[in-house]
Amino acid sequence: MSTKDLYEIVVGLEVHAQLLTKSKLFCGDSIAFGQEPNIQVSPITLGHPGTLPKMNRRAIECAVKMGLACHCEIERYNYFARKNYFYPDLPKGYQVSQHTTPICKSGFITIKSGNSAKLIRLNRIHLEEDAGKSVHDADIHNTCVDYNRAGTPLIEIVSEPDLRSAEEVYNYLTEIRKIVRYLGVCDGNMEEGSLRCDVNISVRRKGDEKLGTKVEVKNLNSIRNARRAVETEAERLIGLIEKGETIIQQTRSFDAGNGTTFAIRDKEDADDYRYFPEPDLTPFNLEEEFIERIRREIPQLHTERISKYVNEYKLSEYDAVILTEEKSFSDYFEDLVTFARDYKASANWMAGPVKSWLNDNGNEIENFPLKPERLSALIQLVNNNKVSFTVASTKLLNALLGDASKEPLQLATELNLLQESNASAIEPIIEQVISKYADKVKEYKKGKKGLLSLFVGEVMKLSKGKADPKLTNDLLTEKLNS
Amino acid sequence: MFEFSSIEQYHAQLKEGRATCLQAVEHYLHQIESFARLNAFIEVYKDEALHQAASLDAKRKKGEPMGQLHGVVIGIKDVICYKNHFVSAASKILSGFTSVYSATAVERLLAEDAIIIGRLNCDEFAMGSSNENSYYGKVLNAADETRIPGGSSGGSAVAVQAGLCMVSLGSDTGGSVRQPADFCGIIGLKPTYGRISRYGLIAYASSFDQIGVFGNIVPDVSKVVEVIAGADDYDSTVSQIPVEKYAANLSTGKKYRFAFFQEALDHPGLDPEIASAIKNLFEKVKADGHTVEPVRFEYLDYIVAAYYVLTTAEASSNLSRFDGVKYGYRSGHATENLDDFYKQTRSEGFGKEVKRRIMLGTFVLSTGYYDAYFSKAQQVRKLLKDKTELIFRDYDFILLPNSPTTAFKIGEKMNDPVAMYLADIYTVMANLIGVPAIALPLFKHSNKMPFGLQVMANNFNELSLLQVSDYIMKRYKVIPA
Repeated sequence: MSTKDLYEIVVGLEVHAQLLTKSKLFCGDSIAFGQEPNIQVSPITLGHPGTLPKMNRRAIECAVKMGLACHCEIERYNYFARKNYFYPDLPKGYQVSQHTTPICKSGFITIKSGNSAKLIRLNRIHLEEDAGKSVHDADIHNTCVDYNRAGTPLIEIVSEPDLRSAEEVYNYLTEIRKIVRYLGVCDGNMEEGSLRCDVNISVRRKGDEKLGTKVEVKNLNSIRNARRAVETEAERLIGLIEKGETIIQQTRSFDAGNGTTFAIRDKEDADDYRYFPEPDLTPFNLEEEFIERIRREIPQLHTERISKYVNEYKLSEYDAVILTEEKSFSDYFEDLVTFARDYKASANWMAGPVKSWLNDNGNEIENFPLKPERLSALIQLVNNNKVSFTVASTKLLNALLGDASKEPLQLATELNLLQESNASAIEPIIEQVISKYADKVKEYKKGKKGLLSLFVGEVMKLSKGKADPKLTNDLLTEKLNS
Repeated sequence: MFEFSSIEQYHAQLKEGRATCLQAVEHYLHQIESFARLNAFIEVYKDEALHQAASLDAKRKKGEPMGQLHGVVIGIKDVICYKNHFVSAASKILSGFTSVYSATAVERLLAEDAIIIGRLNCDEFAMGSSNENSYYGKVLNAADETRIPGGSSGGSAVAVQAGLCMVSLGSDTGGSVRQPADFCGIIGLKPTYGRISRYGLIAYASSFDQIGVFGNIVPDVSKVVEVIAGADDYDSTVSQIPVEKYAANLSTGKKYRFAFFQEALDHPGLDPEIASAIKNLFEKVKADGHTVEPVRFEYLDYIVAAYYVLTTAEASSNLSRFDGVKYGYRSGHATENLDDFYKQTRSEGFGKEVKRRIMLGTFVLSTGYYDAYFSKAQQVRKLLKDKTELIFRDYDFILLPNSPTTAFKIGEKMNDPVAMYLADIYTVMANLIGVPAIALPLFKHSNKMPFGLQVMANNFNELSLLQVSDYIMKRYKVIPA
């Protein structure tokens, strides 16, 4: 047993998700990512004197949707507070946030832990506005500030300290990303910063009740880095305890380059944020009717789809997970099976040829040239023995991807890819093969039955893959055994 | 020779061709120049006003319809944003700052053909009761130039008092319209909180601030409020209640029920001459068949404290945006780090009173003090609202003085901020509870200075408040000998 095994890691996460609204939380500016600096900046975003916030209803809907999906209690009476601190990327000198009354309380998220499921309790989900971005490398002498992001609506999802390993942190974040994407409340893109997380971590001796001193780690721009950061930080903390040193409550930043964390500030330096109710926004009440409407709008989540695929479609758990990894991919599958009733074949096509095309082309299913209806026609051709799976998934699929306007059957005919299912057309080829491999035929007849596949292969080759393999098999067996 | 008596008269003159907008503007430009020593204006939009007057005259001659405030010459307090014009809140920290948008109130004035003639001096960020806290220097009371005009909208009050414009806009957070109106002998209305959009009004204390109107007569004030009030998508705290036609409905023959606070009139700080003038007035009002009755009011000693705790708290946050990063003044001193940068710029950019209030507000919101100050003050505010609601069940209006004294001497209270704060005792109540209140100039003190009466109505009762004001002005104004 290593020293590490004597300790338990305790982690709570704060996840910030940028909401997929068209405009900012308190004004009409666009929230598009990657624009030229400081073009999505009205006087309201810039905090010009005299400007006031106006509430974006869509952001409230997103937050409630996320809360309902995570089994939270929805707060009926809501108001915002100001969190006061100075920083150049914070235009007003305060952030408008829901400090005292989060719109969603408690709730939980189910994650995978080893081979079982585990509930991670949520403390809250609340709405707030994002800050701008300080750019330190654009100018040698100055820090530049880009306010395009300032005022973008965020939800902060705060978990209880229920996570016990780096792996669980990884699974929790993966799960959150799936949920926000399925709900359509956030694009879940950690690289672009639309999903961000801060990790609160402490360690304690196994069996101890008291929590250790916690450290907050920031700047985690991928789920993988969050896992790495938890691993390194836990190791560092355990190391400190083992050496008999005291852990200081502090905020640290993760350096993805060398996989270490470094201190940014100690708890003693913490700002007093002087929260108080935001007087520029009137409190808002959420009516039962509104909450019920949002509840009805919640689409089927990946978890529900997985159980449907396994229980109703009789797919393997493995396939079901692959199919539901991305909502758009799963949506495509859902469409596909409405045309092609064959769930197993549809799943195989999705997990096989379709996925490899997407991977090879670095593309998303949204850009897959074949509409589900077309792909189902292709699957139909294989199921009806018109085209072999091999030909369909290579030659014919490629041709269709090149010219999505044509029906698969039409294209298969034009390209002469239809399978030969007529005995009279295959028989001459069989004759040819038998006479060409007279020696092998003798061996076969002496009992070396394994040679059959060689003959089938030859027939397929000579027919340019068009011979129906089953029919060929039957005809050959009959011929050789006569 | 242009002479102004009322907007109605002015419009009649314009229609009959006996006056032009250009004559009006030229008249006011001349007046502004003659009274430049009063320091009421920070900036005069001379060419622009002349140009606009000429174009309004041309439009009128072509028979185009006249806006409700056609050619009305208005000054605006330097806390109200006007697109492509400087706005500074009379602070160094906004020196050279040009607004890129117009306040909703300004847009509505312009849409009704008003002519904005300039921006008016005031206390820095509307913080002050004497207009001695302006980066652009103090404003003088035209009735006695050794005295202050009141604040914070001192420039707006003096501009109307001295005839430098027809009407003006100010802002009232704790009496900043009513008190200078009282000191200058004109009418000053603070509408209900949420009656006029605050969009484009530089915030002092967001849950108290309200744009107010100065004028010589009730119908003029009514007309302006009517134009600028009402729902606005850019201010979520503004009311959706429709705006009534005030100016056309001022006459009623009603008998009113007035309440007053005995504690307020017996307050040791109140000038006895003011107290007796108001008490005498009550007798006349009663003799005319109205009800005037005392009601118990036990919170008088708490309201100034509650007001200053809450407004400074909000102000400390509202003024955080002035940090030298994005716009406005930035210190030229090199600094070591970000904190020093903020300290340097804000120390140089803000005046003494503003700094005092930012520090007070920061203190009352701090961990450990929040409950003792901010929460307590919020409770007082709630108590006041409940109490007033009860009073308005039985009475139409509450009558109060505007200020314990008439306009005081320049410099008299500058070294005693607490005394200055305590002088707000009669005006802050309306802002704490949000109700509309008006200062009506009725009397003249033996020291030659004007003073009057404050009337408060229930929320969104602007119409009845203006009706009763018109009645009181016509019936009880003591014509100066």
